[in-house]
Amino acid sequence: MTEILIKNGFVFDPTNKIDGQKMDIAIKDGRIVKKVNECNAQIIDASGLTVMAGGVDLHSHIAGSEVNLGRMLRPDDHVKDAVRKTALTRSGTGYSIPSTYVTGYRYSKMGYTSVMNPSMAAMKAKHAHEELNDIPLIDKASFTLLGDWWFALENIAKDDLDECARHIAWMIRATRSYAIKIVNPGGLESWGFGRNVHSLDDQVPNFGLTPRDIIKGLAKVNTMLNMPHTIHLHTNNLGIPGNYKTTIETMQALESFYKGDKPVGHITHIQFSSFAGDNWAHFKSGAAEIANYLNAHNHMTIDIGQVTFADTTTMTADGPFEFSLYELGGHNKWVNSDVETEASGGIIPFEFKRKNAVNAIQWSIGLELSLMVKDPWKVFMTTDHPNGGPFYHYPRVFAWLYSRKAREATLKNCNKKAQKKSLLPTLDREYTLYELAIITRAGTAKALGLKDKGHLGIGAEADVAIYDINPETTDIAQNYKPVRRAFGNAIYTIKDGEIVVKDKEIVAVRPGRTIWLDVQTKEPCRIDDELKSKFKKYWTIEFDNYPVTDHYIKVPEKIGIKASV
Amino acid sequence: MITLTPKRIFDVPIQAACISVDVFTGKSVEEIKNLLITEGKETITLGDAFNVIEDSTIEMPTVVLTGDFSKVKRVGQGMKTGEIIINGDAGMHTGEKLAGGKIVINGNSGGWTGCEMKKGLIEIHGNSGDYTASTYRGTSTGMKGGLIIIDGDVGTNVGCYLQGGTIKIKGSAGRYLGYHMSDGTIYVEKDCASRAGAFMIGGKIIVNGVMELMMPTFTIDGIKPKVKIDANQNAQGPFYVFLGDLAEHGTGKIFVLKATNSALATYEKFL
Repeated sequence: MTEILIKNGFVFDPTNKIDGQKMDIAIKDGRIVKKVNECNAQIIDASGLTVMAGGVDLHSHIAGSEVNLGRMLRPDDHVKDAVRKTALTRSGTGYSIPSTYVTGYRYSKMGYTSVMNPSMAAMKAKHAHEELNDIPLIDKASFTLLGDWWFALENIAKDDLDECARHIAWMIRATRSYAIKIVNPGGLESWGFGRNVHSLDDQVPNFGLTPRDIIKGLAKVNTMLNMPHTIHLHTNNLGIPGNYKTTIETMQALESFYKGDKPVGHITHIQFSSFAGDNWAHFKSGAAEIANYLNAHNHMTIDIGQVTFADTTTMTADGPFEFSLYELGGHNKWVNSDVETEASGGIIPFEFKRKNAVNAIQWSIGLELSLMVKDPWKVFMTTDHPNGGPFYHYPRVFAWLYSRKAREATLKNCNKKAQKKSLLPTLDREYTLYELAIITRAGTAKALGLKDKGHLGIGAEADVAIYDINPETTDIAQNYKPVRRAFGNAIYTIKDGEIVVKDKEIVAVRPGRTIWLDVQTKEPCRIDDELKSKFKKYWTIEFDNYPVTDHYIKVPEKIGIKASV
Repeated sequence: MITLTPKRIFDVPIQAACISVDVFTGKSVEEIKNLLITEGKETITLGDAFNVIEDSTIEMPTVVLTGDFSKVKRVGQGMKTGEIIINGDAGMHTGEKLAGGKIVINGNSGGWTGCEMKKGLIEIHGNSGDYTASTYRGTSTGMKGGLIIIDGDVGTNVGCYLQGGTIKIKGSAGRYLGYHMSDGTIYVEKDCASRAGAFMIGGKIIVNGVMELMMPTFTIDGIKPKVKIDANQNAQGPFYVFLGDLAEHGTGKIFVLKATNSALATYEKFL
């Protein structure tokens, strides 16, 4: 393996408290090392450039059945963004839902090296893994939808959390996944009967449970299994005005689990769960309430799910929400489904417009949250790709965060009513490059429990991004446009010690790894005739065909975890 | 005036969006011959496939295509000014996204002719294929303006997602005429196959011949003696007026000639 020495770059590595100091980074055998022999090493002159760890995205729908259905639903999306092949890279399409290869290339060009695929229905896990295999250049992991999985619900209802934990451990292994994803707990099960749950204490049909029971049960299970990530939560009532109250209640429900060391829950794309006002006409931001709560408590992390004003495709396992969005949006094409005993799903093309009051306020909410939550280790940058906007719009979001001027320029073109309601003019905070590195790599890697990612300390994976930004000579807040461009086109991206992007072009294509957890419980999960007969009765797939087997994953990275049950 | 004639019979489709008055203007014959097109997966020049002749006696911004162009796609794509005359059959996507000028086809035309067009005029002195004056697959922005006149029959899904402009069909129309249309006018002089106006939320369809099937999601609204097609032409009735598509809360109107549609007389009792 080659040795690489990155010389004289301004290094931003928040995990190791390095804030823009000029230093060298040495790479050997795919890891960061203390030093390399300068004669043998390939030297990268990074003087005047910004060096960060490779980006870690903790919520981006890049593969799976819903993504592929979205692709099929939207030929109009592909026609406006056709990507030609080159000698090295494959052709592809995609504006809001890029094809697999293009997804890998575009992430890599932005300096991202690890991406989490946050929503995988267990029944569709094989498909998701086949797509993940085709995404080059980035490491990936998936979160299984377990919040409405029948066996989890049954065991929580019986108050048998040990058995529930063993089932979840089995599921994590069977689907080759990394974390527990909970989407609108109880709501997806209700959607099978055409209903939804509207508060944490509504009853889930046929189970004698409430969403609160599910969230608390699975949070407990998550700690019992010693999972590296917390539960990954998409709240109830998402996308409904006034839902910030539900979000705060959800966070309050988890307060008692906090032991003072690490967070116990992650609320994802919280922008969609921070709406105040009684109805769409009185729609306003609930960001201040959420931010105040987060500033006073340390047991939660969030990601923002920023809206970027794009003609995008919304897709979520929250079927009832997507149906209400269809009813709002008028005459659009749509997909909605119930995934047997596990989840549901919905897809609708949606254009976020500056001149639409609600859309503009949504844009404002995401930024308000990022700016009002004081600790950047609690709030992470996502667009919930593709729901708020495609992932390659991230640099725009960075610009809104690090430059007040950029925010003002966009706000000026927004709906007048939204401008009046926005809290942005009162917020002076501008993110520094150090803070940007936290919300895009260091913080996300920490929240995910990926110890070797998101930093440049000795022993870390040699995932490095080098951007054409000189923090000494440029005032990034004033000259936000060139910095934004620089974030979109990394000068170098290094993945596992190999240069994959050089001078803004892909120069090497390599497969990325698929990370999954092998959770070892003390006792095995009870897989008896009762479970198998249930599969016969309620699933369309045989029990023996259900788990993902090893040959589905091209480059696996198994992480062994010892559970405490 | 530039004249193009095919040098041979084409086996595979040719993509030639560069055949357009806008592109040819200001270029010498040599330059025009060197424009790139694709034949199947091969990239070739216009001169490889066509004889290009300039007639300098006629200064008109006109391009004449003579011969069988049914395998040549995207002629006149996005053209803003000038005139293209095709003496023969035209291929698919002719006049796609037309933004002005005029295209005359003295023959039949393929599918997607005039799709997503914004302005201008297309005259087809023959039949036209499926998806004429419609939209790219999956897109919800169809023809926005201009006029298409077809002397013969048309295929299915003509005028789908129509948002403006006028389509005059002097023959018969296939199924799903005006599917999802929101504005604009479609006039059919002869018969119309089933499911016309499915999902329509606005605009009007006028059928002078036999309407094969009136969708059950339309309701009768009245009887009108005549209907305006455009500023220059009225259709003489009386017409049954139907309102729909109610499944989409639509307010589109379908005018069906009373004289040729005795089967629809049962609707009169609801008036």
